[in-house]
This record gives sequence, structure tokens and C-alpha cells, in this order.
Amino acid sequence: MAKTARTFRIRRYDPAEDAAPSYREYVIDVPEGMTVLEALIRIQAEQDGTLAFRYACRGAVCGSCAMAIDGVVRLACRTQVRGLEGETVTVDPLPNLEVVKDLVVDMDSFFEKDFAVEPWLQPAEPAPERERPVSPDDWTEAEPYTNCILCASCHGVCPVAARDPEYLGPAALAKHYRFLADARDGAGEKRLKLVDSEAGVWGCDVVWSCSKICPKGVRPTKGILATRERVKP
Amino acid sequence: MPEITRHDVLVIGGGLAGLRAAVAIHDAGHDVAVLSKVYPIRSHSGAAQGGVNASLGNHPEGHDDSWEKHAFDTIKGSDYLADQPRAEILAQDAPARVIEMEHWGAYFSRFPDGRIAQRPFGGAGFPRTCYAADRTGHQLLHTLWEQCIKRGITFLNEWFITRFVTSGGRVVGAVAMHVPSGELAAFGADATVLAGGGYGRVFAKTTNAYINTGSATAAAYIAGARLEDAEFVQFHPTTLFGTNILISEGVRGEGGHLANAEGNRFMDRYAPSVMELAPRDIVARAIQTEIDEGRGFEGGYVHLDIRHLGADVIMSRLPGIRQIAMDFAGVDPIETPIPVQPGQHYSMGGLSCDEDGATDVPGLLACGECSCVSVHGSNRLGGNSLLETLVFGKRAGDRAAGLVGGGSASDGALSAALEDARRSIAALKSRGGRERQDAVRREMQSVMTEKVGLFREERPLAGAVDAIAGLKERHRNVSLANTGEPFNYDLIDTLELGGMLELAHVTAAGALARTESRGSHWRTDHPARNDDDWLKHTMATHVEGGEPAIGYEDVIITSYEPMERKY
Repeated sequence: MAKTARTFRIRRYDPAEDAAPSYREYVIDVPEGMTVLEALIRIQAEQDGTLAFRYACRGAVCGSCAMAIDGVVRLACRTQVRGLEGETVTVDPLPNLEVVKDLVVDMDSFFEKDFAVEPWLQPAEPAPERERPVSPDDWTEAEPYTNCILCASCHGVCPVAARDPEYLGPAALAKHYRFLADARDGAGEKRLKLVDSEAGVWGCDVVWSCSKICPKGVRPTKGILATRERVKP
Repeated sequence: MPEITRHDVLVIGGGLAGLRAAVAIHDAGHDVAVLSKVYPIRSHSGAAQGGVNASLGNHPEGHDDSWEKHAFDTIKGSDYLADQPRAEILAQDAPARVIEMEHWGAYFSRFPDGRIAQRPFGGAGFPRTCYAADRTGHQLLHTLWEQCIKRGITFLNEWFITRFVTSGGRVVGAVAMHVPSGELAAFGADATVLAGGGYGRVFAKTTNAYINTGSATAAAYIAGARLEDAEFVQFHPTTLFGTNILISEGVRGEGGHLANAEGNRFMDRYAPSVMELAPRDIVARAIQTEIDEGRGFEGGYVHLDIRHLGADVIMSRLPGIRQIAMDFAGVDPIETPIPVQPGQHYSMGGLSCDEDGATDVPGLLACGECSCVSVHGSNRLGGNSLLETLVFGKRAGDRAAGLVGGGSASDGALSAALEDARRSIAALKSRGGRERQDAVRREMQSVMTEKVGLFREERPLAGAVDAIAGLKERHRNVSLANTGEPFNYDLIDTLELGGMLELAHVTAAGALARTESRGSHWRTDHPARNDDDWLKHTMATHVEGGEPAIGYEDVIITSYEPMERKY
């Protein structure tokens, strides 16, 4: 199997040690099929054990490894190195969240925004003995939004999140719409109040960058616009 | 974080079993903390695709289904190694646990009448696998996490357990390391529930996530809990060629065909009545036989073909599979068959426990894949693992809640364990030598895949046991390239590797000792099931510095006499 060497230029930063971030370069052989995540693991194991990044599943379902690769936010595990152009691959942490170390960003503040939209089903009626029936027609609206893996890719490309730390952001607002559109949920009025603000659905610039970047095909912008329609008196 | 923290109950592991246990403990009125080495939604439960079994009878062909039939299918599928009363509990509790998840918001797919959709799965007499497209694990995991957030349950995210704390023969908590800072702390509890997941990463070719190392399971084994039936390892028939990412059994449930390089649908020679929907052990061996006998494709794979299902069915019921095939194999299954081969998928064995999760060690409970109840016996049916997490997660949580107030550790025991853990990590960091954990790990993985795989035989197995013993020796000489504090994966990987070698050792030793073929354990030199000598569970006890001590216990047989297993 043919191998080619590639240079990885990775942003390194340990806030406890470093005055400012800097880039460090590593050269590794890239066999056919190697993902950026596998390359990072190889670099960590063989060249620099101090390199920090998160990962778990390597199959684009756990949401751990969103980062900026050649300036584009994507999941490292889903990105083929040989699919990237150029001799050098530049890797930066996910934007718009504080860097904890190297490619690891603070996810707690991101999850707090998710929790703020009360992301759990709130039915109006007590539970029946069996499942609550949902007709396939009613089922369709919320379903795409349930596929969010909370990787925060959308947050990393959102221009509003970049300038306004109070903004709930596309992931939380998509999650909000997932419950608002759920035929079983009965807390619509309360839910609308949670996001009827500049920090909520009115803050969105409607540039669709989150919807374009989502690795799971979720379209937060669409949910935000649908929510705005519901908020309007 | 203070050096010592206390909770009524400590749950280790934030996958489905751990979260379900935590909800039960909280709802019983107790203080529970969930400790996980990752954020809980990153757990491998979320990668489960095809579904969760419950005899709801929603399918047009499922009206005559019942929990008794589900129990029977599970026991037959286990090749009669399951403990029958426990398989009955699994099946009996299934509808309530699945309906409860629906009530909590899980977004199951629906039949036209609005009820939860069900699909056929291997080894099941009726279509009883409830699903949410092909992302069932994801839906369940996020739903349970949201239920925990709603309840205000405490999460200790990115804490890695280094050992259990015992006092007077009882587990009274754990010592753990905060991954971002490297800080160590002790957590005391009246009861500890371990839901640490599987340990597929002891093998080279596995569907499991990188995080599935079994480190906490090994820590429990070292603390005195016995490992049961570890030689029974499920090799999933269809993992993506190249990366071994799971390609759900749901693909065959929806009508997918397997074909060899000659274009033949070969399952007619192995399971003529049920074809691709035979249980996993049978389909996996069939595929491997095709490959070994030269009817596979170059590199060692066969085709899983769903082109005849049409784009609509593929897009609506198998969208995640299509995405995986496109992202990781570069093929769109609407137009091209998916290249698949068998790969390690699930550990039927685990920490021996009863139907309420109680292990051999007082104060320590286990649930989910790290446990062995035993409901899967020698071969687990698809759709029964998500179910196990919900049924036995709740039961272990209920039992743990009942243990609250029954005695917790003194500060002295916790701080002594903490000091001891600090000393051993300091010693590891200062150790010299040129051995690296990564090299030892890779060797273990290739030994396990080559010698303790789908087809097993005495000499390679004996070689594997020796090789693992040698790797344990090398592991004692591993030194660290990184001696820092924050995110020190070199340290964590080295600690985990020690546990993985223990689990590999027990797996290989149990497989060598068991001179029969049953379920997933196939001995080419003993190709028949032997109930006279081997209708029994393997029980392994940790021996410091030596071979695991292997003993046996009877299978609990109540309702179903063992019969020949044919499909």
C-alpha cells in the first residue's frame, strides 16, 4: 500500500504554561484510509504524548472530535487525510469555546446552553399504560433534530456565538425545536418564552452556516425560523 | 474538587446502564453521582444502531409474541448457557422498560397506526426489535442523559477510575483521576454501581470505540470480583471492511443479502430456513468460512447488498448506515454493496452478578456489558444488549438504593487508598526503560484477534495465554513519554493497558480450557457442544502476579431443557 508523508501543523496551547498559542509541526506517513483522528492518535503515541484532544467512537456518532481542519470545522474521525488538499494539514481547536488545552475546548459552557432550553419531554397528560401514539406525519417534523450529537460544530461556525457569549446558539435552539415540534410535548407556551429573546431565536443572523456544517444533517436555522413563526403573536 | 467526596451511591460509567441505574437511585430519594471518563453522551451505547427487543406485539406478524417466547429465543440463542430465570426477567421487564423510555421522550420510529415500530432480528421468532431508524442507541442515550439533567443528578465528567477502595472486604468507593488536570480524588459511597461497558479494544478488529478498554471492569476483578464466561466473545458478522465500524443487523432485518465474490447468496448453505437472519455467531462463522475458503473478496470481505430495497427504504430506515458506508468506505449502498467482514463486537462475559447486579464483593454492583447476569450465555441476540442496560441498570440501581445507610468508608480508608494511588502513579512516572505502552497494546490486540478469534484451537490458544503472560511482564517495564499532569493519555493508556491484559488473559485462558464448541466459542478441535462436561459457567478469580484461577459453576436451568440448536 502506497504511503505518503504529510505535515500536520497543530495549534498547541496550555493556558497554565504558555503566554500564547503556537503551532507545532509533525510529519507522519499517511496510508490510504487514515483519518485525521487516526493521525492525531499516531502523533500522540509516537511523537508527542503531551498533545491533547478528545475522541471516543471513531465512527462519527459520539460527537467528541469536532475541530477546525484546514480552517473548516469537522469531525476529525470522519475526515480522510488524503481527501485534504495541500502538503500540510492545519489543525485548530473548535472556535467560539474557550481552549482548555491544545485541541480540547470547554464543553461545559456549551452544555449549559443546552440545559437552559429544558431538553426533556414535558407532556401535558400523565403517561398512558402503553406508548403515546404518534402518527408518522406528526413524527416527521421533529425527527431530523433528534439526530444532533452535540458535537458543537454548529456553535464553532456561528457568527452570533462568536460575538455574543449569551447567545444560546444553534445546537441549543435546534434541541429546543426538537421538543417544541414533538407531538407528545405539552409545554409549548413555556418553551416559547424560554427563547423569545435576543439570546434566543431573535439573535440568529440567518446565514445558515450551522446548517451547512452539521455532520448529522441537522438544520438549526430551519428550526429557529419555525420557532420564530410560533413566537409571533 | 476536595480530596474526599461522599455520595450515597457512586455510579461508574455514563452509558445507558449507568444512567438508568442513576435515575433509579435518584428516584428512590438518594444522592447519586455518575463518574465517567468521558462526557456520558460520548459513551459507546450511543453507537448501537438496530434496536431494543420487547414483545410489544406491534408488528402485524407479531400479535402472537409474548415475553415467554422472547425468553425462549434468548435462551436458545445463548446455546443454553444463559441462566434461565434471569433471561425470563430480561424478557418480562422488557415492555415496561421500553415504554418508559418512550414516555421519557425517546424518538422511536412508528408504524402507520402510531405505535412503536418493530423489525425482525436474528434468532427471534417474531419481529420484536423496537427501533429509532438505525440510531436507536443514540436516541436512548440522549433521552436518559436528559432525564438525568432534569433530575439534577451530579456528573463527574472526565474522571478516570484508577482503583476501587475496599474496607473490611467491602467496596466503599473509588479513587479516580480528573483527566483535564491529572488531579486524584477519592469518592466514598454506601454502594458503588459499575457500568463500565465492554472491552472490545483488547482485540485488533472491533466495532468498539477507542474508549472500550474495560479498565474499570479490570479494577473490579483485581478488587476481588469474579469474571464469568469471558471466553464468550461476540464477533459481529457485518463490520465495515477497513475500519470495522458496525453495520447493523437491522440491515439484514430490513432484507439485506450477503453475497460472496462469486455472487452467491451463501447463507443457504449454513442456515437455510432463516438465511441472513440466523443468530450472529452462525452468520459470522459463515462469512469467515467463505473468506477462508477463497470465496471472499481480496483483503477478506464479502458483500452486504441492500440495493434491492430501493432508495426510499434505505434513506428512511437505514440513513446512518448509508452515511457510514459513504464516509468510511466510499460506497453509497443505494448503488454499491457494502464490504463487510466479522469483527469483535460484544463481551457476553463480565463481572459475575445476580439478577439485581450484586457481585461477589459486598457494596459493588454491576450492570450492562461489563456484567454477566447471565442472560446472553454463549451468544447474545441482537437487540438484547440495549435491553439489558435498561432492565438490569434499573434493577442494580434499585438494589443500590436499598444499600444506602448500610455503612460507608471511614475517611482513613479513603485517604489511605488515595495516598497509595498517588504513590503508584508517581512511581510509574519516574520509572525508566524503553518499553512503550503503545507497542505492547498493539501486540496484545493482534494476539487476541489472531489466536482467540472466531475459530479457535488448542495450540494457538495456548500460545495466546503464554503471549499475554509475556506482555504482562513487558507492561511492568513500560515507561512514560509524558510525565505531565493535564490530559496525560500516555499515563491513562498505560494504566488501562494493565487492566486490558488481565481481561485478555482471562478470555484466552477460559477459551483454552473449554474443550467444546458453544455459541460464539468455536473450537475447531472440539467442534460439538458437550453438555455432559461443559454446561457450566467459567468463573475466573484474580491471582496477584499469576495465572487467573479458573473454576466453574452450574447453569441455572428451570423451564427449558437444552436441545440441539438449529435454525
